[in-house]
Amino acid sequence: MVSTPNIKEKYALPEGVDLMRDVAIIGVKNTKYGELWNRSLRQLVVEAGIGAIEDAGVSGKDIDALYVGNMSGGRFIEQEHIGALIADYSGLSKNLHVPATRVEAACASGGLALRQGIMNVASGYGDIVVAAGAEKMTDICSSEASSALAAAADREWEGMAGATFPGLYAMIATLHMHKYGTTSEQLAEVAVKNHRNGAHNPIAQYKNQITVEQVLNSVMVADPLHIFDCSPITDGASALVLVPAEEAHKYTDTPIYIRATAQASDTIALHDRRDITTLDATVVAGKRAYEMAKMGPEDIDLVEVHDCFTIAELCAIEDLGFAEKGKGGIVTAEGETAIGGRIPVNTSGGLKACGHPVGATGIKQAVEIVTQLRGEAGGRQVDGAECGMTHNVGGSGATAAVHILSRDR
Amino acid sequence: MSVPRFWRSLGSRYNLEGTHCTECGEYYYPPRDTCVNCRRLGKIESYKFKGTGEIITYTIIHTAAEGFEEQTPYALAIIKLDEGPSLTAQIVGNPKEVYIGMRVKPVFRKLGEDGERGMIYYGTKFVPAEA
Repeated sequence: MVSTPNIKEKYALPEGVDLMRDVAIIGVKNTKYGELWNRSLRQLVVEAGIGAIEDAGVSGKDIDALYVGNMSGGRFIEQEHIGALIADYSGLSKNLHVPATRVEAACASGGLALRQGIMNVASGYGDIVVAAGAEKMTDICSSEASSALAAAADREWEGMAGATFPGLYAMIATLHMHKYGTTSEQLAEVAVKNHRNGAHNPIAQYKNQITVEQVLNSVMVADPLHIFDCSPITDGASALVLVPAEEAHKYTDTPIYIRATAQASDTIALHDRRDITTLDATVVAGKRAYEMAKMGPEDIDLVEVHDCFTIAELCAIEDLGFAEKGKGGIVTAEGETAIGGRIPVNTSGGLKACGHPVGATGIKQAVEIVTQLRGEAGGRQVDGAECGMTHNVGGSGATAAVHILSRDR
Repeated sequence: MSVPRFWRSLGSRYNLEGTHCTECGEYYYPPRDTCVNCRRLGKIESYKFKGTGEIITYTIIHTAAEGFEEQTPYALAIIKLDEGPSLTAQIVGNPKEVYIGMRVKPVFRKLGEDGERGMIYYGTKFVPAEA
């Protein structure tokens, strides 16, 4: 007999849920991120995909399935059927007929593509699966791109009222400031830190360092968010290769194991949330991930969070348990989230400095964690990193995907 | 937005018509046909909101979405209606005078337009209740 679940049970994983078999990442690749006017979507994904399978040391004919995170090919390049396009131009269609699936959840498309790939391997259906993400955003003008991005919110009841995407996050920021005393300077510190990290990432869109004053003096987009509080419009692709954990050492000496994959939903519109300053989807996905990995925030050495706006990084570190609710700004200003701090956040430069090709971001976050856990992150390396987390958000928080990756199985 | 997509919700846009679940007592604006609490067991009927409410949070939009360019800077807010649900709408008047906790009431206004020759959209914005 099924009893009515209480809140705690409802948020928990179904009893006994675990991956049917463990999964590992054996190959990764990011393209350059930026305004890549001379590169097409298909060129970018093929570069990332081939780079990832070369890194993994596998062959195209071994691939059992392909997942591609892509938010809005239809709006950005007037192209749908992205899965088939990418499989075709990767040489996986005409002779090999590899199944290819596009995954869409706005800016969380990449995180969900990763999750689909993991579940494919975990189920035993596939043995070598590629999870990729890509977006080509700069072929249309910035107002059209903003309009396409705003479709991640509720078009009829937010967009129609004049809401923009920065506007929604600005309303989160206004209330966060009102309730917790968060300041514009603290928000700016997020951008400053992420630019400092991005300067050490060869693929980053922006490698220039910025100051708090520059952020505060930049153009106001949606009060209190300045243009330097916002992630940019970016072209780019990322890919990785997944195999069963027991096979991983056949391909690499440093496989990175998936310790948890979790996802949660919330209301599409910001105005329907339980608390405007908390992304419940993040809280629940984080809780499910910690439960699956049998870990807590204290076990995580570094985290890539979804900083589409500076306020989003503060909410993320609070909602994932790295800072007390309302203290995200203080923790950031005190340097706890910098490389060398208590919990380094967004070593890649985050969405802010590395760039945010929306469908690719969730995969890029995992590529960054793998690079760090392998000890290959160069000037942005977190010393002794054993375990990392990725956090990918769709819309203003209607979807969240959280993954935990570790050197230990 | 296409004409039918906009027009089929005119009652809600012009007159703040939403829904109410008589099973659990929850009010919905924008309207929902399925109660979030009761789902299939809910009993949904239409309900016209009084329209008064309070600003929970707001922003001043300087870079507008397509169709709203001529209105900048404008105040956009989340308003909690007195019956319970919240909605997103613009606040008419000086955006600098908007504050959290401000009491507001609805007014009928032009929302936006599809370019120079396109359709003009009307709907509900809000003004300070004491004004």
